[in-house]
Amino acid sequence: MAKAAANTKAAASASAERRPALAGRTLSAPGVKVEMLPPAERISLRAPQASLAPLSKALGVTLPVKPKTSAMKDGRTALWLGPDEWLIIDEAGNNPLADCAKVTALHSAVGISHRNVGISVAGPAAAVTVNSGCPQDLSLEAFPVGAASRTILGKSEIVLLRTAEDSFRVECWRSFSDYVFTLLSEAASDAAN
Amino acid sequence: MLLIRCPYCEEERPELEFRNAGEAHIARPTNIAAESDDDFEKFFFIRANPKGVIYERWRHIHGCARFFNAVRDTVTDKFVMTYKAGEPKPTKLPGAAK
Repeated sequence: MAKAAANTKAAASASAERRPALAGRTLSAPGVKVEMLPPAERISLRAPQASLAPLSKALGVTLPVKPKTSAMKDGRTALWLGPDEWLIIDEAGNNPLADCAKVTALHSAVGISHRNVGISVAGPAAAVTVNSGCPQDLSLEAFPVGAASRTILGKSEIVLLRTAEDSFRVECWRSFSDYVFTLLSEAASDAAN
Repeated sequence: MLLIRCPYCEEERPELEFRNAGEAHIARPTNIAAESDDDFEKFFFIRANPKGVIYERWRHIHGCARFFNAVRDTVTDKFVMTYKAGEPKPTKLPGAAK
């Protein structure tokens, strides 16, 4: 517990316009590292089955239709949230909202880049850390690499994406970010014991 | 913790992700303006509240956010089955011995 020290670094990569909540905050504990991720472009996409093909083409990533899955291509990730709902995260600096605007097929795309913040939880104890507040089965059989799901962490709703065997991306609303980061920090310190 | 099968996510999820949304299969009258007060009261307020098997609406609010229907036993708190919203009320329940 005492070994884990939270340190706040100045946001190096964030631009003057774009400095997400808690930018630069990291916490290292034995076995797991929790850190705020750099800003990204995000959209909330809702579309019927018939619009999936043109939207996938415009976005450059095939929208997954299987529950609890995601698809990634060229820094752009599409996460299945519901039967007609996806979260698109673009970390390459491109604008998925503009790509969707070119599609004439019926859909609703809402920019939520600034609504969410991303937190990375990485290390051998990452699953234990997330599980301290998330009731889902995070074993590799039930939640393999690439699995994505909206779920809860403690009292806050999150979107969870497994980016590697020992690494998760936690997306939460920026107003919840302090709670989520603190909960993950406490859990990270406990996970080591 | 109870595990509830979401018919849209096609797997069992922890109960914390769900919200109860009241009794299922309550049809709204087609001409609600012509309803008598008594009939409206029955439609709007009066619920069966049975001891035993109940048909309920549930919402996977912290998951896929979908409403679906569930058959639950109010005595044992056990979920008998779940099915998608809009599907007809199941006539035969799995494992129904009675």
